[in-house]
Amino acid sequence: MNDLSHDGYVTADGRQIGGVVMEMRNITLRFGGVVAIKDISFDIREGEIRAIIGPNGAGKSSMLNVISGFYNPQEGEVIYKGTKRPPMRPYKVARQGIARTFQNIALFEGMTVLDNVMTGRLNHMNASILDQAFWWGKAQREEVANRQKAEEIIDFLEIQAIRKTPVGRLPYGLKKRVELARALVAEPKILLLDEPMAGMNVEEKEDMSRFVLDVNDEFGTTIVLIEHDMGVVMDLSDRVVVMDYGKKIGDGTPEEVRNNQEVIDAYLGVSHD
Amino acid sequence: MSTVMAPKGAPQSVPALLLRNVGQFGSKPAYREKEFGIWQTWSWAEAADEIEAMALGLLALGIERGDHVAVIGRNRPALYWSMVAAQKVGAIPVPLYQDAVAEEMSYVLEHCGARFIIAGDQEQVDKVIEVQERIQHIDHIIYHESRGLRKYDHTKLHSLASVQSEGRAARERFENELATREAELDYDSTCVMLYTSGTTGKPKGVVLSNRNIIETSKASSEFDRLDPHDEVLAYLPMAWVGDFIFSIGQAYWTGFCVNCPESADTMMTDLREIGPTYYFAPPRVFENLLTSVMIRMEDASPFKRRMFHYFMDHAKKVGPRMLDGKPVGMLDWLKYQLGDLLVIGPLKNTLGMSRVRVGYTAGEAIGPEIFDFYRALGINLKQLYGQTEASVFITQHPDHEVRPDTVGVPSPGVEIKIAESGEVFYRSPGVFVEYYKNAESTADTKDAEGWVATGDAGFIEEGSGHLRIIDRAKDVGKMADGRLFAPKYVENKLKFFPNILEAVVFGNGREFCTAFINIDLTAVGNWAERNNIAYASYQELASHPMVLETIKSHVEEVNRSVAEDAMLSGCQVHRFLVLHKELDADDGELTRTRKVRRRIIEEKFADLIEALYSGKSEQYTETEVTYEDGRKGKITATLKLCDAAVAAEVDHHKVAAE
Repeated sequence: MNDLSHDGYVTADGRQIGGVVMEMRNITLRFGGVVAIKDISFDIREGEIRAIIGPNGAGKSSMLNVISGFYNPQEGEVIYKGTKRPPMRPYKVARQGIARTFQNIALFEGMTVLDNVMTGRLNHMNASILDQAFWWGKAQREEVANRQKAEEIIDFLEIQAIRKTPVGRLPYGLKKRVELARALVAEPKILLLDEPMAGMNVEEKEDMSRFVLDVNDEFGTTIVLIEHDMGVVMDLSDRVVVMDYGKKIGDGTPEEVRNNQEVIDAYLGVSHD
Repeated sequence: MSTVMAPKGAPQSVPALLLRNVGQFGSKPAYREKEFGIWQTWSWAEAADEIEAMALGLLALGIERGDHVAVIGRNRPALYWSMVAAQKVGAIPVPLYQDAVAEEMSYVLEHCGARFIIAGDQEQVDKVIEVQERIQHIDHIIYHESRGLRKYDHTKLHSLASVQSEGRAARERFENELATREAELDYDSTCVMLYTSGTTGKPKGVVLSNRNIIETSKASSEFDRLDPHDEVLAYLPMAWVGDFIFSIGQAYWTGFCVNCPESADTMMTDLREIGPTYYFAPPRVFENLLTSVMIRMEDASPFKRRMFHYFMDHAKKVGPRMLDGKPVGMLDWLKYQLGDLLVIGPLKNTLGMSRVRVGYTAGEAIGPEIFDFYRALGINLKQLYGQTEASVFITQHPDHEVRPDTVGVPSPGVEIKIAESGEVFYRSPGVFVEYYKNAESTADTKDAEGWVATGDAGFIEEGSGHLRIIDRAKDVGKMADGRLFAPKYVENKLKFFPNILEAVVFGNGREFCTAFINIDLTAVGNWAERNNIAYASYQELASHPMVLETIKSHVEEVNRSVAEDAMLSGCQVHRFLVLHKELDADDGELTRTRKVRRRIIEEKFADLIEALYSGKSEQYTETEVTYEDGRKGKITATLKLCDAAVAAEVDHHKVAAE
C-alpha cells in the first residue's frame, strides 16, 4: 500500500507524487440554513490525480468552488503551498495557478476554438492597453508567445482540425475538449475538472481519460476531478474523497474506498431498521 | 533481361540523389509540415543534415549492413528522413501500415526480422511492445513523438531527437564508417522493402533495388515533365509503394517539395493551403469529394444551385475537350471562362485543386461520371495501372489521351504482353528483385526472362494501344452454363452510384449472380436527413425499405447496362442484399488499401450467400466484428433478401474466353 506518512510516494505505475500542495482544513460552507459542506478536511498532493465522488447533492461542486475561490467557506481554512489562503476573488486564485473547467460548458459560443483557447492566456498578458491597441512592442511579443502556447495545447489535445471553427458549431464532446484546452493553456499548477466526462459516450470517455492522464504525465499538473463514472474514477485517480450529504465519508486509494462500508451504504442505500 | 545501369557518375542510390540535390537545390524547400498551425519548412540542405544525424545515431546504436528498419507512423518528414538514414548506413527501410493491428504487424516484423523500429508515436510503440513479447529480435525502438512515453522503460526505447543528438555528438567516431557504407551503395543494393497488402494469403515482402526506384522515378518524372517547382501532399500510407515513389523516388529525382499534413483530420484544409501541382488519390477520395460537393450543393440556395448546374453542364461538354487540346467554339470557350470565374474556379479552390497540373488515380476503377466531373473542372486527372512489384508504373494515360475505360499506354521502359489466358504480363527496369525469403512465390510471379504476371486479365485495345483491365485473373470464372463471370466489372458499375460504397458479386459456377451491397453512409444519411427519415445506426438505415428500394433501382439499372455487353451479359444480378455492417479492413474483409477480399467474405457470410441462392426472403445472421482497439464483439441482424429485375440479353452466345 502507498505510504502516506512521508512526504510524497510513488504510485504503482511509477509516478512520483510530491508533498501536500493544498490542504482543506475543517471546511464548512453554508447557504443560509443549508449546510452544503460540513467540517471536511483533506489534502491534495503535488502531481496526483485526486477524485471527489459522491451521490448527487453531496456537495462536490461546492467543494470545487471553494478550491477555486468562488465560494468562501464560513469555517475552516484553505492552505495553499504551506500558507493560509485569505478569502480571495476567483481571478486571483486563477493567477495563483488554479484553472478549472465547468460542469455545464462555459465557452464563448460565437468565437473560434483558437480564440477561446487564447482567452485562457489572459493571466499571462502584461502589456499596457496602449501597446495592445497598437499591437506593438510587448503586446506583439506576448501575443506570439501566447499563440505558440495555445497551438501546443491544440496539438496536444488533437483539435487542430477545428482550430478555426466557431465553438457553437461543435458537438458536445469536442466542446468539453476545448474547455480543457482553455484551462490547460493557463499552465495551471492545479487543474479542477468538474465532471469532464458527463454526457459522453464510451469512446469519448476513453479519449478524455487518456488526455487527463497525459496532462498529468506530460505537464506534471495536479488534477482534482469530480466524476460519476466509477470505472473512470477507479482507473484514473490516485486517491479519492467520498462525500455524502456534505460530509466526508471516505478518503483513500480507490481500493480502500471501494471496500469502505460507509461508501457502499451511501451508494447502494442501506435499510433503516 | 538486359540490366539497366546508371550512366557513369550519375547517382546510384537515394542517398546519392540527396547529396546531388543539396548541391543543386541547397536552400530550396524539400519538406514542409504543418505543425502548431504553421507550415515549417526544411530545405534540401537542412533535410540532409537531419538525415545525416539520424544515420550517425543509428550507427552509434550499432546498426549493421542489411538490417531491416521498420518505419511505422503517419506521413511526417522525420519518418521519411529515417528511411533515407537507414539506406545511408546500408540498412533496409520497411515502412508498415500504421493502422495495422499488433497481430498483423507481428507477422511482418517477424518475417523481415527487424532489429530497429522507428515508430511515430505512443500508439505505434504500444503495438510494437505488444509484438515484442513474441518476437525476440527487436533491439531498439525509436519514437518520434514523445507524448505519453515518459514513464516507459527506456532501456530499448529512444527518442528520435536523442538518437540524432547522439549521432551529432559521435560524428567524429562514425563519420568514416558512414562514408564507407554510403559509398558501397549501388544500383543493385536494396532501396526499400514493401509488403504487399495481398487480397489472398499472407503479405509478401517485395524487395526493390535502387535501380528499380531510380529508373522508374526518372522515367515517370520525364513522362509527366515533373519539375523542381512541383508540390505534392504526402498523405497516403507510407507503406504503400505509390507513396514511396511519389514522396521519395520522384521527389529526390526531380527535387520537388513534399508537404506533410498536420493530422489526418486536417487533410482537406492543408490541401487547400498547399495547392499541390502533382496530386494522387485513390478513386475513393475523388468519389467522396464529389459526393460531398453534391450534398452541399443540394443544401445551397436555389439560385446558387441553378448556377452550379448550368455551368457544370456546360463544363462537362467542353471542359474535357479543352483539356485535351481540341478546338472548341468561341462562344463555348467564352461561356466556359465565365463559368470558371463564377463556379469552377472557386470550386477547384475549395477542393484544393486550383494548381493541379498532373493528377493520378489508381488502385481501383473509377466511375466515368466521377472522372468526367474532375476533367470538366479542367483538372488533368489521369489513370495509371501499377503494382508494388513494378515499382508502381505499368501503364498510364499520356496527356490528351485520357479515357475512363482504359488504364493507358505502357509507361516508358515497360513492355507488355497478354498471355493466352488473358492475363497481363509486363517487363521493365522497375521489376522487383524478389519476394523476401520466398523464392517459390518469386519464381511463380517472375519468369527467367523477367516477365511478371500481374494477376489481372485484360487486353490491349486495337488502334489506340491502350490497356483495358477486365478483372483479377483469379476472380474471372464461369457461370454454371459456361458464360463468363467477371465480378469486378459489375461491382464497379454498382459502386459508381454515390449511394453504394462497396459491392461484392458472387456467381462463379452458379446459375445466376447475386450481390452484397454496402450503402454509403454519407450519401444515404444525407438523403435520409432531407426526407425526415430517422435512423440510429448504419444497420438501421441499411435495412430501411426505402433505401432497399433505391438500391434495387440501382441494381436494375446496372443489369440493363450489363445486358448490353454480349460477353458479360450473364453477370446480371438476380438477387441482392444490403449488408448489416460496413466491410472493414479490421475484420479482414478488405485489404489495408481497401480492396475486397473475396474468399474471406465468401467464407464469413456463407449463410447469407446460401440464403440468396435458396430463394428465401429473409435470413438471420450473426457476425463477429473487431473494434479499433482489437476487442471483439458480435452483431446480429435479420436481413431482407431482394429480387432485382433482369434485362433481356442482347445476344446469347457463349464466349470462349477462359
